[in-house]
Amino acid sequence: MKINNVILRTVTKLAVFIILTLAVYLFFAGHNSPGGGFIAGLALSAAFVLLLLVTDIETIKKGIPLDFKKVAAFGAFLAVGTGFGAFVFDVPFLTQSFGNFVVPFFGEIELSTVTIFEAGVSFAVVGVVITIILSISEDV
Amino acid sequence: MVTLNFVVLIPFLAAMLNPLFYKKGTRLHIGLLPMIVAVSLFSYLLFYIPQIANGKTFLHTISWIPSYGINFTTYLDGLSLILALLITGIGTLVILYSIYYLSENEQLGHFYTYLMLFMGAMLGVVLSDNMMVLYVFWELTSISSFLLIAFWYQRKRSREGAQKSLLITVSGGFGMLIGFLMIYTMTGTLSVREVIQIMPEMTGHGLFVPAMLLVLFGAFTKSAQFPFHIWLPDAMEAPTPVSAYLHSATMVKAGIYLVARFTPIFGGEGIWFWIVTGVGLFTLFWGSFQAVRQTDLKALLAFSTISQLGMIMSMFGMGSVALHFGYSTESVFYSQATFAALFHLVNHSTFKGALFMAVGIVDHEVGTRDIRRLGGLATIMPITFTVSLIGSFSMAGLPPFNGFLSKEMFFQAAVDITELGIFHMDTIGNLIPIVAWVASIFTFVYSMIIVFQTFLGPYKEERLERPANEGPGGMLISPVILAGLVVLIFLMPNMLGNYIIRPAVESVFPTLVTEMNLGVEISAWHGLNTALWMTIGVVVLGILLYSFPRAWRWIYAIFPIGWSLNTLYNFTLEQSVKSSRKFTNSYMTGLLRHYLMYIYLFFILLVAGAFVLTGSYDFTISGNAEISIFEWIIALTLIIAAISILFAKSRLTAILLNSVLGYGVALLFVIFRAPDLALTQMVIETVTTVLFLVAYYFLPEWKKENEPRRINLSKLLISIGFGASFTAVALAVQNNRLFDRISTYFENSYELAGGRNIVNTILSDFRGFDTMLEVVVLLIAGIGVYSIIKLKAGNRGDKFENQ
Amino acid sequence: METLMIILTGVLVTIATYLVLSKSVIRVILGTAVYSHATHLLIITMGGLKKGNVPILGDDDVSTFVDPLPQALILTSIVISFAVTALVLVLAYRAYQTLGTDNMEELRGRKYE
Repeated sequence: MKINNVILRTVTKLAVFIILTLAVYLFFAGHNSPGGGFIAGLALSAAFVLLLLVTDIETIKKGIPLDFKKVAAFGAFLAVGTGFGAFVFDVPFLTQSFGNFVVPFFGEIELSTVTIFEAGVSFAVVGVVITIILSISEDV
Repeated sequence: MVTLNFVVLIPFLAAMLNPLFYKKGTRLHIGLLPMIVAVSLFSYLLFYIPQIANGKTFLHTISWIPSYGINFTTYLDGLSLILALLITGIGTLVILYSIYYLSENEQLGHFYTYLMLFMGAMLGVVLSDNMMVLYVFWELTSISSFLLIAFWYQRKRSREGAQKSLLITVSGGFGMLIGFLMIYTMTGTLSVREVIQIMPEMTGHGLFVPAMLLVLFGAFTKSAQFPFHIWLPDAMEAPTPVSAYLHSATMVKAGIYLVARFTPIFGGEGIWFWIVTGVGLFTLFWGSFQAVRQTDLKALLAFSTISQLGMIMSMFGMGSVALHFGYSTESVFYSQATFAALFHLVNHSTFKGALFMAVGIVDHEVGTRDIRRLGGLATIMPITFTVSLIGSFSMAGLPPFNGFLSKEMFFQAAVDITELGIFHMDTIGNLIPIVAWVASIFTFVYSMIIVFQTFLGPYKEERLERPANEGPGGMLISPVILAGLVVLIFLMPNMLGNYIIRPAVESVFPTLVTEMNLGVEISAWHGLNTALWMTIGVVVLGILLYSFPRAWRWIYAIFPIGWSLNTLYNFTLEQSVKSSRKFTNSYMTGLLRHYLMYIYLFFILLVAGAFVLTGSYDFTISGNAEISIFEWIIALTLIIAAISILFAKSRLTAILLNSVLGYGVALLFVIFRAPDLALTQMVIETVTTVLFLVAYYFLPEWKKENEPRRINLSKLLISIGFGASFTAVALAVQNNRLFDRISTYFENSYELAGGRNIVNTILSDFRGFDTMLEVVVLLIAGIGVYSIIKLKAGNRGDKFENQ
Repeated sequence: METLMIILTGVLVTIATYLVLSKSVIRVILGTAVYSHATHLLIITMGGLKKGNVPILGDDDVSTFVDPLPQALILTSIVISFAVTALVLVLAYRAYQTLGTDNMEELRGRKYE
């Protein structure tokens, strides 16, 4: 799918970065304002899909040398793994904990094990969505 | 004692580890691990004998589903110990035997895994106190028995035999489960011990008799009692070690165990007495009567097992009378039948195990079990001959073997029971000793057939598959040990009686224990009483019948061959398969549309019907939020877009219209104060559209559906009907709020989960389990998509279909 | 508003049903997509519309929120329905590639031919 469209290409290059930034923001915002693992993962994959539409698959593969199947598997493993991690601390499955910490320069920030879980969700979403789109479009 | 629970679990662990052991390719035989497990469990259980004999019991609970009262509780008393010892003891011998019996080419890994599975399940049955757990293990024994019967699954008869045994025993198990649930309804507990305490006050309850009948149904199917016995002869398609172990020594005794275990619950009632005794006696007679006409040695042994099981069963029935009397001399008198039953239970396992193994050796060495082809093996296979002789004579009830002792006690009990003044015994009670006696004559005859027609007479090598030889030494160890036990028990019966059987009797009559001694002094010589005269009569008549078969064999011609229970079973099975196939084919058209139409029509009828019948229309718009013009526009756009999909001329239009729907929904989410949803919906819609477009590249052109008017009309009617009922229900639900919303709990999300976004905390904290599984589902879908595209099956599918 | 939304979902459901009953696979898949839109709208409507604030705890003293539970359910549902749509789409595509048809009646299998 090669489309020779200069405007789209230029806009995409910009847009992808904006979307990527947005995705990262959404990921970290998730716990306290709209956002979260799912949305971040989806936004991330939307960025990749946009790249895919504009350039061709080969370019993307060269640019992002990641096996998205593995990303998906890693994400699912992380999400399930945090659940089992709770066993180590002798609390029921999937119990999450959080706390506030004071870090120099940043002031008080909140850290939560949910973030790991959410990261797993995001990775899984990105991995699966890209795998689906890539495997369909590759199969010509 | 936690260790008791492990006694049940260890065989399962061994079953799991077995494949690992097998893979390693060591030179050790794969049967070694199971054997070590069985031996160690057996010796471990032996240590309990002194304490159990002193009246102690052991109880340990591991919580499983405490909210439903289902716990993995093990309870060891005399009764369970006797069975557990048999399971592990005979198990050891059988595994030892099987090591030599099965060739290395068989799937030994499967065999020993199934065997360990069975051993664990069986131990679970006899050691469980909780009825639900008992039921689970009970069905597991049926399943492992199924797997073992079908061990040679290449043979059609094996498969049919396995299916038959599974159908009969599992349906019995279901009946038993319902019985257990009834008991639970009556008493409110699932623990057998607690039920024993409560039940005496419940005998008048309406469920008492049904529960009793259902429990007995389970026990009778498992223990192959008439008319459910038909599965046992077919189960003989299993390898001989399996027949020796499951289908004579242990699994079929599970039903007997159940009857013994539930005697304190239901016993003392006339119905229980008559059903257990009557069915047992008839099975005793029918089994021995049928055994005489068999020509296959294993089939003969199968019918003899049926008959012996019936005998044990009837003795439990007679013994249950003791509970009717409470504390009195009469109860001691009648409890002797139970003692005899348990004594014979042990004896039967020894001599029948030995006989099965001996028959297995004959089969293994000469390649046939047909008694018409066998003969004259006594000099060639002296050890096997001796073992069979001991086993058969014990079974026939001759001294100096243990079968004599228990048979005498059985006769004694049958004679004694006629003096019982209750349960209408005075009218038909005299039949009991007569039936018992007649059946014993047949038992004598078939016992003689086993020994003399196999081992004496002319040796006809040309009719055998292979020339006869004595079996290998290793194969002989187990039968010789069992035959040794047969003699040993005769010589020292009271050791067994005092340490193992008396405690078991005590656990059958827990209410009588405190008042009296339930032990019985067993003696080989007890004077010339009725029982001994009966035995002498059996021997004399038996010899006559055996010597002149022509004079009475015509009896069998009375029953036409077509009228057997097997024919009924086959007919029922065939008809049910046929009719269900016919019925299924009548509506399973293979067309998705038809299936969906069934669902929709059912839904419309059910919902619209319920609506009309209950009159639950309630459409008010009073509590509604107000609608702004903007929202009107969105809603109308969505409706128009949706309707246009139906009239779209090309795929692209349809796909884009679907995206319009998606984005419209996202806008609505914004209006409805759901920012997370709006974001997600927006991105997902984009990705979905891309997905459709990519797939669109490959999918066929959008064709106009040229369908008959009639079909289009029915589609339209169903859609409108479905949509209308859907709307009606939704409106009614919207206007009638029966419950408070539960979301107020989540509004403490900051304190509970450290997040301000409630939706997000629900997803990742409160309902984290859902999200985790959702991620897994997503991954599975991804793998599915990937493999559907990448893995092309090629022609493999065709190859399999053409086979 | 709620009544309007329910009527809207009713229309969507009617159309989805009609699509699902079609002969061609792609129409059936589109039908399922329309179904999921309808379901999402229904769930959120059941939670009550515009009866409170966005369910995000702020520093100010807003104490009424719209029901967050339906939102969480829908969020899960959106992602799952995407995965299912993708799977079914690929299935249809493979079936078309291998069998050369997307007509449900021709896809019935050998037994019925």
